[in-house]
Amino acid sequence: MKKIKATIASSMVLFAASAGASYADSLTLYCSAQEDWCQLMARSFEDATGIDVDMTRKSSGETFAQIRAESSNPKGDVWWGGTGDPHLQAAEEGLTMEYMSPMRDQLHDWAISQAESAGNKTIGIYSGALGYGYNTDLAAANNLPEPSCWKDLLKPEYKGHVQMANPNSSGTAYTTLASMVQIFGEDEGFEFMKGLHKNINQYTKSGSAPIKAAARGENTIGIVFMHDAVKQAVAGFPIKVVAPCEGTGYEIGSMSIIDGARNEDEAKQFYDWALSAEAQNLALQVNAFQVPSNTGAQTSDSAPDMSTIKLIDYDFKKYGSSDERKRLLRKWDEEVSVLPQ
Amino acid sequence: MVDGGLWSFEWLVDGYPFDEDYAPAAFLIAQGEKTWLAPLLVPLALPLLVVRRPKSDPLFARILILSGALGFGWLIAQGFGIGIRGFTFDWLKALFGEPRIRQFGMGYGAMFSATAFLFLLTQGIAARGAINGDVFVVSAIGGVIAIVTTFVFFPIANMLFAAFVTEDGSYSLTVFAAKFFDDRLWGLGCLWGARCGAAWNSLFLAVIVGFVTTILGLCFALVVTRSGFRYKRAVRALTVLPIITPPFVIGLALILLFGLSGSVTVFLADLFGVQPTRWLYGMPGILIAQTLAFTPIAFLVLIGVVEGVSPSMEEAAQTLRASRWQTFRTVSLPLMRPGLANAFLLGFIESMADFGNPLVLGGNFDVLSTEIFFAIVGAQYDQGRAAVLAMVLLFFTLSAFYAQRAWLGRKSYTTVTGKGDAGVHPLMPTGLSMPVTTIALVWAFFTAVVYGMIVYGSVVELWGVNNSLTFKHYVTAFSVRFEEEGIRWTGAAWDSFWTTITIAAIAAPLTAAVGLVTAYLLTRQNFAGKNAFEFGTMLSFAIPGTVIGVSYILAFNVPPIEITGTGVILVVSFIFRNLPVGVRAGIASMSQLDKSLDESSLTLGANSWQTFRRVILPLLRPAILAALVYSFVRAMTAISAVIFLVSARYDMATSYIIGRVENNDYGLAIAYSTTLIFVMLAAVGLLQVLVGRVQIGRRS
Repeated sequence: MKKIKATIASSMVLFAASAGASYADSLTLYCSAQEDWCQLMARSFEDATGIDVDMTRKSSGETFAQIRAESSNPKGDVWWGGTGDPHLQAAEEGLTMEYMSPMRDQLHDWAISQAESAGNKTIGIYSGALGYGYNTDLAAANNLPEPSCWKDLLKPEYKGHVQMANPNSSGTAYTTLASMVQIFGEDEGFEFMKGLHKNINQYTKSGSAPIKAAARGENTIGIVFMHDAVKQAVAGFPIKVVAPCEGTGYEIGSMSIIDGARNEDEAKQFYDWALSAEAQNLALQVNAFQVPSNTGAQTSDSAPDMSTIKLIDYDFKKYGSSDERKRLLRKWDEEVSVLPQ
Repeated sequence: MVDGGLWSFEWLVDGYPFDEDYAPAAFLIAQGEKTWLAPLLVPLALPLLVVRRPKSDPLFARILILSGALGFGWLIAQGFGIGIRGFTFDWLKALFGEPRIRQFGMGYGAMFSATAFLFLLTQGIAARGAINGDVFVVSAIGGVIAIVTTFVFFPIANMLFAAFVTEDGSYSLTVFAAKFFDDRLWGLGCLWGARCGAAWNSLFLAVIVGFVTTILGLCFALVVTRSGFRYKRAVRALTVLPIITPPFVIGLALILLFGLSGSVTVFLADLFGVQPTRWLYGMPGILIAQTLAFTPIAFLVLIGVVEGVSPSMEEAAQTLRASRWQTFRTVSLPLMRPGLANAFLLGFIESMADFGNPLVLGGNFDVLSTEIFFAIVGAQYDQGRAAVLAMVLLFFTLSAFYAQRAWLGRKSYTTVTGKGDAGVHPLMPTGLSMPVTTIALVWAFFTAVVYGMIVYGSVVELWGVNNSLTFKHYVTAFSVRFEEEGIRWTGAAWDSFWTTITIAAIAAPLTAAVGLVTAYLLTRQNFAGKNAFEFGTMLSFAIPGTVIGVSYILAFNVPPIEITGTGVILVVSFIFRNLPVGVRAGIASMSQLDKSLDESSLTLGANSWQTFRRVILPLLRPAILAALVYSFVRAMTAISAVIFLVSARYDMATSYIIGRVENNDYGLAIAYSTTLIFVMLAAVGLLQVLVGRVQIGRRS
């Protein structure tokens, strides 16, 4: 009997229900750039404003999946870094919110046009051109000629030496596919992908994996963003970076505020700060060789010189839309990936 | 509330009890707010009516059942019905309009209320005479069913439904069919040079890994028990290593040895003047890595069985003039069948669910576990496809489970009879002993080389490029500074390191506790639905971690149970991932304890809780130790579920290591892993001292 009374009594006393959460000046940052850059951004923002930053680093695909899974109850406030496509897709699905930063007049045009193509729900923070890098030691050991154009990669001598990511799983590889379609036209672009398929030794899952494998000597040529290749070369690996002669596509690393953010004011504060020249100069400290979007920010000496690279007029609005994306990926799946190698 | 940290209690000082978000329900109802909580008062007050009645009164039982069921049911209904944006179901909106109501996740109050209602219900059921009116047993069954439903069935079912959801959110069978009959899943292109579907790849790989690990495990078991081999202890120690190794590490070591620029590859290529190839990437690499990782598991299963074969049977065969070879083939080997089947099953399931090795070494060889991961995080974000893949995977593992049962049949393999069983195992026949010992030694040597590489890899500057020795990776990860205020942990790895240790230390005892109670119910009690109950507790073992991770995110990010981004979700996921091992260990040792022990305790007037605590628990120390060690170690090395559940504040060691690997920072990743290996060795030793090594002998 005693036990029953105790149960009842305690359940009466403890009959407390829901509770929410309140934060005192804190910010949850989802970061999709490299780890040390993310850390540096978070700590520097804390120093500059006194706002506590909780930072999670995940790849842009993983972060997009997380924001989507959390959409009915957002946990994150601001999403910084990572290639632009998932940011555009998030904007298209209404996962991120519109914001007009007062810092906009300090930015390059490409950063603003990225914002405009997404209804001002995202903005460009850096850009990087697509290209490839190769391991000079391995190329010499296999007597391979030095490649300098996209079409060079179709030569039969490179069979089994080229690596790129799978466009289904990587934004980098999708940018490659979309760039080829824009450089050569759709039909010839797919012919190029079919020719390339014969020389590919592996479609990796992650976008920058091919150049990392090349750095370690596990692969000869990796199709990646050039700043990723430069990073490996600066780290001491025998990597040579190539800006293909036909011209090339590029990515715009972006930033968005998550719709329904719990700390909206702090998120806007971070947004404005991250667009400042001072915040973008932090990239130099962590060997991030992307081109910053603030016109006043510095670019590293080792970074690929954008003025010498032939950039195509990449149509982010068209090729970032989920319909076009699905169509191209399905076509690649059906016409390219099934071919024997 | 959980969001601010379950242990912080900040809410107690922060506006409690008047701030609307923190206030207890009693205050809210009194103020006329959150009135949907008011009906809960009725079932809470109801039991007061019967406090003075005797337990045998039928009204007593009826009232308790009624109030328990009502309260529990209403609590769940309101939790799901009213979410963070008001009503969650359209028909509720239609019925009541769209008032401005909302509530966040449940906190302590709801947790205690739910527990209270549950136990009112079980006390009522017990009072009606179920299981001899035993309140402890009924409550334990009710409790385990409630938590398994909440943390296993609910998220998994939630996730699998996604397979039928169309793009606009309605349900349809054709969507499922389109995703199921996909060429990327079932294609047979590899027969003519293209690529095969992930389902065939996984199945093929898992069958081979199952066979190879079973055979290697058997070789080791035979060498240790039935040969004159001298360094048996070293062999045993070596086989424990892979269990405490974080994922990826074996894969990394293999790349450093056999990759295109690996030391062995380059050496052999120079020697024979051939072009090095990328043969490691794909099926061969995964096969080697998984065999290295899972052979010890097969060994641990088989050693018990091989030792358990009664020597008197073998002696009887030899007395009947069977040769050593005949004895082995017709007596010993058939008696090992349950062990062989179990070892194969474990190898099969582990290979199916393995995530780390295919990720590092997979090449173009797609398997289900990684495909599930990339269906969700990849650029395509196709949760439905992930759900379909998860179903296929689940189908394979469960079929293997039932095939194993069918193969073993109902034959008796009992050889430990309690009668005089002295005797020594005969040695293996010489014709067998030579190849078996050779295989075991070669594999042991190979394992040693791989681990040697791991340690070496952690102390070189930049593997393959600059091989000068350095401790800089350890310094980067684990440096400390001594300052006036005390020690400052300046290393990059400390954060995730302490989180991992804390989470593992919280999860391990809870896992052991739930596991042992479940094992007690399964071995000692009979109740309706016992088989389904057992299936439920074992289910999470057959489900790969990626599936668990995603399903947890989907199920627990929204009210009523809102725990994503906290440490709690990590602890919960570890408890239910590792529960089956606690249950198995408990069942194994409990079935060795004679039931007459319980009976005599019960006859002497103890109730079942006292019997469990005073009689059974002390005799279970080996099982407790096994469950504790296993769940601690697994909590430190798990990756596939964890990668979805970590957050800024709670980052785990393994996900930190993956980040380093992704960054091509192998030195730091390997240094961190090596440290973890030593920490786990120390922890296992410490647990052994704490729990104590009791000898359970009938006479001493």
